[in-house]
Amino acid sequence: MASHGADTAFLTFSNVKKTYDQQTLVVKDFSLEVARGEFITLLGPSGSGKTTCLMMLAGFEDVTSGEILINGRNITSIPPYRRNIGMVFQQYALFPHMTLRENLAYPLKLRKRPAAEIRARVDEYLALVELQGFAGRYPAQLSGGQRQRVALARALIFAPDIVLMDEPLGALDKKLREQMQFEIKRLHAQLEFTVIYVTHDQTEALTMSDRIAVFNEGVVQQCAPPNVLYERPANLFVADFIGESNKLGGVIEAVEADSVSVRLDDGTRVRTLKANRTTPGAATTVSVRPEKLTFTDRLGAVGNRIQARFVDRHYVGEFIRYHFTTAGGTPLVVKSLNDGSAPHLRAREEVTLAWLPEDSQALDRPAVATTP
Amino acid sequence: MPSRSALLHALTAGEARQAAVVRRRKRLLALAFVLPLLLFILLSFVVPIGSMLWRSLYHPAVAEMIPHTLVELRQWDGQGLPGEPALQRFVEELYALNRERQSGRLAEEFNRAYAGMSSVVKSTARRLGRLDEPALATEGVATLLDSHANWRKPELWRAIERAGRVYTYDYYLTALDLEVDAEQGLRVRQDTQIYLQLYAKTLKLALVITLLCALLGYPLAYYLASLPEHRANLLLVLVLLPFWTSLLVRTTAWIALLQTNGVINTLLTGSGLLDQPLEMLYTSFATVVAMTHILLPFMILPLYSVMRGIDPSYLRAALSLGARPLPAFARIYFPMTLPGLSAGTLLVFIISVGYYITPALVGGTDGQMISNIIAFHMQRSNNWELAAALGSLLLALILLLYWLYDRLVGAGNIRLG
Repeated sequence: MASHGADTAFLTFSNVKKTYDQQTLVVKDFSLEVARGEFITLLGPSGSGKTTCLMMLAGFEDVTSGEILINGRNITSIPPYRRNIGMVFQQYALFPHMTLRENLAYPLKLRKRPAAEIRARVDEYLALVELQGFAGRYPAQLSGGQRQRVALARALIFAPDIVLMDEPLGALDKKLREQMQFEIKRLHAQLEFTVIYVTHDQTEALTMSDRIAVFNEGVVQQCAPPNVLYERPANLFVADFIGESNKLGGVIEAVEADSVSVRLDDGTRVRTLKANRTTPGAATTVSVRPEKLTFTDRLGAVGNRIQARFVDRHYVGEFIRYHFTTAGGTPLVVKSLNDGSAPHLRAREEVTLAWLPEDSQALDRPAVATTP
Repeated sequence: MPSRSALLHALTAGEARQAAVVRRRKRLLALAFVLPLLLFILLSFVVPIGSMLWRSLYHPAVAEMIPHTLVELRQWDGQGLPGEPALQRFVEELYALNRERQSGRLAEEFNRAYAGMSSVVKSTARRLGRLDEPALATEGVATLLDSHANWRKPELWRAIERAGRVYTYDYYLTALDLEVDAEQGLRVRQDTQIYLQLYAKTLKLALVITLLCALLGYPLAYYLASLPEHRANLLLVLVLLPFWTSLLVRTTAWIALLQTNGVINTLLTGSGLLDQPLEMLYTSFATVVAMTHILLPFMILPLYSVMRGIDPSYLRAALSLGARPLPAFARIYFPMTLPGLSAGTLLVFIISVGYYITPALVGGTDGQMISNIIAFHMQRSNNWELAAALGSLLLALILLLYWLYDRLVGAGNIRLG
């Protein structure tokens, strides 16, 4: 098993399982192959097992069964201090009794590097995160964003094979968080290290990652590049978790090469892309992104149409959100760019909404229908 | 003319007055809330300590009993015997004291100033008492000088003159094992030197106790801090349990354990490990063991609460950076627990320096500390002035140590939680 990915995969999780209480699995059969220099995000709600996977990789938690390989070598029995993995913690974990220089020099001193080299390297990495002149300060004397940059520099300075980041931006406000996302991406492009990044923030995951593994209840639901994850979610959980989606219940009537026709609960017939529901007669959920629904009928004969009644509209700024309900009572959301084309609607006005078949997918349908 | 907006943004005199009234009212209200505590602290803390400091320097007893003699003695140059008027005044005042049955008090005071004077004063007072008033004026001085050889010694009269001073630092000299000699001035006391030794022993015992508490408390606090919260709370109750049993019970329990035919000796001799029982009770060993037991919670609690606050990710960070567990502990975790260790050390040390009950019960003569000798002077020898001087020196010592601690470690570094 380890051999087949040895030349391509740098880091491999192979059928990893983890239980804390010998009864329930927190991580169920996790497998993932990561190439050198890749930026992988583990995304999921809290308690979905993503942080546990990170901790097993770092060596702070044992693996119940399965293997974790780096460069083809099983590391599960190697103690954390010999794994050569850098880690950025949520609360930074900068040593409060050491100056920035001492914090950054610490891993190098442990590796018995000569003092001159340590000095030069600390200066280099302080410059890298734009904190020249702060070497003598203590962590308490820095702002949140500066501490985050030091934590990053400390995790990178000893040139680790892999850098782990456990919700590193969780403690920052929105503006700083966006700045730091950019900063991390810049460093990643410059130094070409491999990143395993854990977050529950889907926007962060979409903007930063090469690939995202979406976790739920200890199982990876889908592992794919951001655009695939957003545009072709593998199941309803992913469609729901990543971004927003309109969910229309229905039954599959006919199956074609790469599309299916579905009769919706209110009787409307639509055509949509195939996903994980492909048998005629099966219950399905047709998922459409709010920005793909339009008011106009410009889509022509190929477009799907549905009748809906206007409920209210929310002014967000760069776009406007319209809320509708279908005849069957399903809520629908339309996001329209605030570019002057957004219509003014009267209360309870009936409109026709349309979308292209390739902008929707037939996904699984939960046993209990989610009608509000 | 100020602009319109400047007028709008400025405070009018009326508004400023109103704001000041509101602030004053809030301050008064706050003061009313803390007033009971302030009064309590004043009465139970500031006043007693002030009174102790005052009493160690103010000693009017002799001056009140023989005021006129002391006035005359002030004229005397300290060479040879004092003049006739001084002796005559003394004879009259001693005679008066004897008739009021107060000469015993004077005897006690003189005895303190000049050893062996207690019986001399009493017998002289009796002899003078047999004379009548006219005879006192003519034969009084002769009777005095006849009744004991001490009355003819200049050093006795010098001692009486010193003891008669209302404000005196003599008790501090005694507490420091010093005395003033007419020829040599200040010198180390010739007859007995006990107090400096006792201070040194007190500090040594307190240090040993503090060290033991730290050695025993640190691993336990670390273990507690590593447990899940509910289990740690349960075990913490066990740490606190000794607080809820009487101090006397806990100390007496040590007597039962340590005495010659106690539990430990019975076990040791019964199992054949020892032929003779160990003498453990009434030694400084007993003081150290019992006090370590009693003061341990004061070390564990601040350590525990500081360790609880340390995020486990610090140690993890150190491990991920390549540190082995022990160096990571020494370089990262231990320095972060120093505030708790400082607080615990300071608490235990200061409490044990002034501890009284436990050494009194289990310490014997070997395990006595300075507070026991202070209690002795309060209760037995009735020398409150010396007790006050010893107590003030103890206070000064603790303040000095705290100042040193602040210089070396920094008092801002202390954290109780």
